[in-house]
Amino acid sequence: MIEARGLTKRYGSTVAVDNLSFSVAPGKITGFLGPNGAGKTTTMRLILGLDEPTSGTVTVDGRPFRQVAQPMREIGALLDAKALHGGRSAYNHLLCLAQSNNLPAGRVGEVLALVGLTDVAGKRAKGFSLGMGQRLGIAAALLGDPKILMFDEPVNGLDPEGILWIRNLMKALAAEGRTVFVSSHLMSEMENTADHLLVIGRGKLIADCTVDEFITANSQLQVRVKTPQPDQLAKLVAAAGGTVRENGDGAMVVSGLEASRIGDLAYDNSVRLHELAPAQASLEQAFMELTASSVEFRAGVPGEPARPVASAGKVA
Amino acid sequence: MAATATPAPALGATPLPRSAGRANFAGAVRCEFTKIRSVRSTYWTLFALIVVCVGIGALFSWGEAAQMARLASGAGLFRNGVQVNGPPPANIIAHLRAVRVARAASVSLFGLLIGQLIIVVLGALTITAEYSTGMIRTSLSTMPRRGTVFASKAVVFAVVALVTGLITSFLAFFVGQAIMSAQHINTTLGHPGVLRSVIGGGLFLAVCGLLSFGLGALLRHTAGAIATAIGLLFVLWILGNFLPSPPSGWFGQADLDKWIPFNAGSGIWQNQTNGTNPFSPWVGFGVFCAYAAVVLIAGLILFRKRDA
Repeated sequence: MIEARGLTKRYGSTVAVDNLSFSVAPGKITGFLGPNGAGKTTTMRLILGLDEPTSGTVTVDGRPFRQVAQPMREIGALLDAKALHGGRSAYNHLLCLAQSNNLPAGRVGEVLALVGLTDVAGKRAKGFSLGMGQRLGIAAALLGDPKILMFDEPVNGLDPEGILWIRNLMKALAAEGRTVFVSSHLMSEMENTADHLLVIGRGKLIADCTVDEFITANSQLQVRVKTPQPDQLAKLVAAAGGTVRENGDGAMVVSGLEASRIGDLAYDNSVRLHELAPAQASLEQAFMELTASSVEFRAGVPGEPARPVASAGKVA
Repeated sequence: MAATATPAPALGATPLPRSAGRANFAGAVRCEFTKIRSVRSTYWTLFALIVVCVGIGALFSWGEAAQMARLASGAGLFRNGVQVNGPPPANIIAHLRAVRVARAASVSLFGLLIGQLIIVVLGALTITAEYSTGMIRTSLSTMPRRGTVFASKAVVFAVVALVTGLITSFLAFFVGQAIMSAQHINTTLGHPGVLRSVIGGGLFLAVCGLLSFGLGALLRHTAGAIATAIGLLFVLWILGNFLPSPPSGWFGQADLDKWIPFNAGSGIWQNQTNGTNPFSPWVGFGVFCAYAAVVLIAGLILFRKRDA
């Protein structure tokens, strides 16, 4: 159980994390979402005690992480796959971590097998591919058989196979009753894995709910309609309070009206329908809408330089 | 080489007992020892330390012996500006030998002047490599008690540096004495102050390394820490030699230069270049240790306080 209360972190004049209060419940995958620079990594660093909060507190099972007696049994974290000495072999990297927490050295071989790195255990980590580095980082996180797993953008730069592997791993870890706290800016990824969502933008908590609640609350229902009489239907829809958008492929997308209402409108007015399909808005769309006002840097018109949002400073 | 996909894992392969996984100082020390022995830079710097110290000591010992050989043959000996013909009298030769025997330990250990510049590299790297590689984030998120991490790192480095320093010092001493024994100007560990010098050489190297370790914790930057350590140990010493030489109040060489780190610290292993009015060996070494302690404590305070 991770609990943050009024957690705030300032770097100079930039507020990276702004008065965050949340808790991460056990036995679930909690997705931690936000655009780049929203403060996800900083929040995770605060949880691990790498950074000291400017104000507020964050506790792991009721106490600050720095005071936890068995740190690796409590949290296994993968913040950055490159946070290791490349000159050290994978085995020795894991061995020194195990020793620091008095974990049996035999765990090293077990977690290496678990992530499929047994064959390269003796190789220096600097020669590892991104995917192998990520696996090594996950092996380190699993060393202490921890109650909580925390992954910062674990699928970044991975190939589809690697993404699938991590997704299954997180599900398996949560199924074993562990707390899984995973950050991402890939909404589609969270849609497939997370049970619960924490969404932040510019350091502030925007949403704390389940995935379904998030989509329902943050996106309008849209209906895809195909008709040989588009102008006529568009007028009817507009008169009934809906909005119409051309989709480009001959179909139109109606929002603000239920599919049944559109069907009735068409029938009552003798408009032929060739297609009538409610489209569940994806998490991606919901997220884009929600965070549209809170992205750190917004891309400008092509050909013009990106325009930083007022007072934005980059904090990864 | 690509790792193959692994099926969904069964994590509790070997269930860990509840009590396993308590992070403490002993574990941290074992961790730090694994870290220091598992990277090549450790072996390279320690190997360079031994080769350079023993090599320079051998060179100076050889020079000392060659000079003695020339003097004993009469070459280069002058009396009233006139070159002496033939070997000098036995009492003169005995005097020339006695002077050289008295400094034989210092001469064989002279390489430590350069050796200190090598051990500071390892001292700095022990902590700055954590920052340059990013390992510090993994180290502190698996062992968040920073005082323990810092102390275990310092202890492990100190032991490695001291053991290697002692090996270096004894090796340089014995090689140097073997070379000088050809001219009977060698000394032995039984002579007054000699054993102290040889052990002191190892101690000096270890404390140089610890000073640099502290600078590494302060600066978190390898090149910056090494440059600062060399400035404090080597450049200050050179500058000290340009202080006004007559005793002239607080700004005279005789009053000031004993406080220069190298002069204070090196008196324990040599008596040739450590200033005009040096501290006694152990007092000077104590001053040197105090300098290192100040830097280490400052490093520890910042290590605990700063965001990693």
